[in-house]
Amino acid sequence: MEQIEQRVKKIVAEQLGVPETDVKTESSFVNDLGADSLDTVELVMALEEEFECEIPDEEAEKITTVQQAIDYVSAHLK
Amino acid sequence: MGFLANKKILITGLLSNRSIAYGIAQAAKREGAELAFTYVNEDLRQRVADLAKEFDSDIVLPCDVASDEQIAAVFTELGKHWDKLDGLVHSIGFAPREALKGDYLDSVSRDAFKIAHDISSYSFAALAKAARPMLNDGASLLTLSYLGAERAVPNYNVMGLAKASLEANVRYMAAAMGAQGMRVNGISAGPIKTLAAAGISNFSKLLAAAAEGTPLRRNVTIEEVGNAAAFLLSPLASGITGEIMYVDGGFNIGAGTMEG
Repeated sequence: MEQIEQRVKKIVAEQLGVPETDVKTESSFVNDLGADSLDTVELVMALEEEFECEIPDEEAEKITTVQQAIDYVSAHLK
Repeated sequence: MGFLANKKILITGLLSNRSIAYGIAQAAKREGAELAFTYVNEDLRQRVADLAKEFDSDIVLPCDVASDEQIAAVFTELGKHWDKLDGLVHSIGFAPREALKGDYLDSVSRDAFKIAHDISSYSFAALAKAARPMLNDGASLLTLSYLGAERAVPNYNVMGLAKASLEANVRYMAAAMGAQGMRVNGISAGPIKTLAAAGISNFSKLLAAAAEGTPLRRNVTIEEVGNAAAFLLSPLASGITGEIMYVDGGFNIGAGTMEG
């Protein structure tokens, strides 16, 4: 679990161009980390690649915070 | 020296490092081209400017291809940086999201049809019209198409019609511009997961299915499309015009594979 959290945070930091220390589990991509709608689409793509999983559009729309990304990945990791 | 040394090329449609335009910019830069870029609206200016820096370019111009004024302004502005233009890459397409899923007849509308054709096909001719006065003899124009222009691809719907129009545009533009030695070609790329493709319903399934039924047994990359694009933009392709070149791992020639 710990490892997934770290990996998710690292990707979020990379994709959104923010320091990793700013990425908290409760951070909202849009409200706290300054993501625009394209950034969030890219972020989901990066998560799909990193964890070799597929995030359907309907699910992707619900992932708006770091914690939600961690939860989704944890639940769907092969 | 690369095969695009000293060539000046305007690239549209750069939006992220997953864009096909990004793969083209990489290859063109590697081969020695100088690049300029456009962005569609102010919200995207900084994003495109940041990407342009990766290619040592600070020429980043606004261009919403729905506006003739903006198209004209691009070349007025570009003329302040460059005397002549050697290449133009049209990597732009759009259709309303609701038109890109499900039953074609249910999803298509007069409006979606108009928008898809205007932004995805007419814009190539519009850019060429405006660019023409500053195009060098021997300039090369390039656009991006997809197999959906020729086959009924699930969910691609009205975009397939627009791509069919775009491919016809390549032929008519090639005929019109050939007398000045200018060439116009298209690349029909296999599906690639770009930000734009994220708007197409079930795109991941399409990717997986395409990989399976492709002679090379995989999807193509933006680097591979970029390399083919750099070739078509260059004097190496001086005998090629009006052509739609497949960069799809051979998908178009097959009727599926029988494995597994």
